[in-house]
Amino acid sequence: MINDIDSEAYLRMLRIRGFEEAVTRLITEGEVAGAAHSSVGQEAAIVGACMALRNDDYMSGTHRSHGHPIGKGAHLNALMAEILGKVTGVCKGRGGSMHLTDKSIGSIGESAIVGGGIPLATGAALSAQVRKTDQVALTFFGDGASNEGVFHESINMAAIWKLPVIFFCENNHYAAVTPARDTHGQPDIARRADGYGIPGVIVDGQDFDAVFKATQDAVARARAGEGPSLIEAKTYRFDEHCVGLFIKGGYRTQEEMDYYMTERDPVKLMRATLLARGYSDGDLSAIETRAIAEVDEAVTFAKSSPYPEPEEAFELVHADPIAIRR
Amino acid sequence: MTEALTKRMTYLDALGLAQREELERDPSTIMIGEDITLYAAGGAYGDIDMSRVRSAPIAECGFAGMAVGAAITGLRPIVDLTIANFVYLAADPIINQAARLRYMTGGQFNVPVTFRASMWHNQANAAQHSDRPYPMFMNVPGLKVVCPATPSDAKGLLKAAIRDNDPVLVFEDNDLWGMREEVPLDTDFVVPIGKAKTHREGSDVTIITVSGVLRHALKAADALAKDGINVDVVDLRTLLPLDNEAILNSLGKTGRIVIADAAHRTCGAAAEIAAIVAEDGFDLLKKPVRRVVTPDVPIPFAQTMEKQLYPSPESIANAARSLM
Repeated sequence: MINDIDSEAYLRMLRIRGFEEAVTRLITEGEVAGAAHSSVGQEAAIVGACMALRNDDYMSGTHRSHGHPIGKGAHLNALMAEILGKVTGVCKGRGGSMHLTDKSIGSIGESAIVGGGIPLATGAALSAQVRKTDQVALTFFGDGASNEGVFHESINMAAIWKLPVIFFCENNHYAAVTPARDTHGQPDIARRADGYGIPGVIVDGQDFDAVFKATQDAVARARAGEGPSLIEAKTYRFDEHCVGLFIKGGYRTQEEMDYYMTERDPVKLMRATLLARGYSDGDLSAIETRAIAEVDEAVTFAKSSPYPEPEEAFELVHADPIAIRR
Repeated sequence: MTEALTKRMTYLDALGLAQREELERDPSTIMIGEDITLYAAGGAYGDIDMSRVRSAPIAECGFAGMAVGAAITGLRPIVDLTIANFVYLAADPIINQAARLRYMTGGQFNVPVTFRASMWHNQANAAQHSDRPYPMFMNVPGLKVVCPATPSDAKGLLKAAIRDNDPVLVFEDNDLWGMREEVPLDTDFVVPIGKAKTHREGSDVTIITVSGVLRHALKAADALAKDGINVDVVDLRTLLPLDNEAILNSLGKTGRIVIADAAHRTCGAAAEIAAIVAEDGFDLLKKPVRRVVTPDVPIPFAQTMEKQLYPSPESIANAARSLM
């Protein structure tokens, strides 16, 4: 009944939820500069996909960058410090909210170029194949990115070379504020897999179990040398495209938002599932308390960390430093 | 293998030899590009596992991006983009990913990827096959850009690029592919990135050259010598980083400088070199800086229009004479 995967999945989902809520709070308080894109509402899709991976499997993400490394198992402190632009940040203050990258858990980077991470993960899969490891790569992208040329180019090359890569679409139905129905010839992105001769599956992105199972199947296929798969998780973001962004006139209905936030909240659904599976309220409260403590610790760590020195802007440009003319 | 051993070969063969040696030396080296198992210095790789030589679909952005992903996960990809104009199709992964992944991730990744692109100007290929795009990439922090002008430099700079832990763009001048020279066979012969080479010593005027313009500058120097003008000819070899010291040292010898570069005038390589001279070498100048470059027009098809556009021995020599 109680198993490690369920409790770890719930913990990671709560970490994402708590982390994003903390970031939103910090923006309101003026502690965070620049843009931040929240993954609240998409936790089951992210964690379901990541839990099917090993620590040494590769993962690339998107501009909605916070959830993916957390889902893959990253520690929160350096992620939060990065968002505050601190030198203790996972990218030493050079990447910020859209580029959270933690190599230690297999993250090869989040990309603010829509679709930018797709060929990178495909290349990581090529690398695993050439080096004859049994690693796989998973690339997260949104419904918007599935219209980018590199999506099609990458998936085609992965198919012909049977690369161990999972193309994982978090279809939250809006590319920034443009509805997917206005930008796709047919609504199911997974059907595009047919064009490349690979499996394409649609899963309920609010259901951890469904996502986990579908991704496990794709990972097994990839590890067995059978090539890539396309998974489309139908999900929903609760916040705006960008935290604090106000789009006058609205582009999604209150009814739709209320439905997802009340009926289809992946964290609430996961809790109900775990209770039904035999977890006690106390079991789950303990996980919730732990997640809150980890987020609080990350905020404290981030706030108390120093900013980089201005001079550090001139470091890490090249592997072996070359003189930078000023 | 002794270091003294050389073999006379073409610029193109030297590039192929560099790739073959690096593929044999390091199993993490791979090649990816269109048609590469058939030509473009790609064939005849002997015992190399062909899983390491990928003839790709026509998808420049996709396979260039894949090379970046492979580079940050343990391989050393060589991406053959064929015609230099195709580099624009791969510009996103080169500029947005390769150039800044190391920096943007706080140094978590090296990006040891080499992009080859061949400049096919002066051959009636019109505006979409005749570009010399290196100046645009000089404007991208994080990259390195090299432009070999001789067969030996082609071998040594390509090998240096493949061994480098940063992304390097190698712009080849297709006019040079058939040029022959004694090329070192030492498998560890590399030409260091960032060092210019003086091809001719002189005291009257400096000619700074980029890529294939070197041979025009050497002809110009011969002609000028007959007029009693001694020319210092410096081939930059690397455009990013630029060898400022070599530029200023030569200027110190002559006080006069002609910059000969087949890229377009506005924001070209010559423009940056002229700015360096103006900022750091102004007191050394006896005369204004002269640029011999390609005017700002798209490259036309008809040879009567095209050929006049590029630096020639005559236009370079005339520029030098105007400074005396």
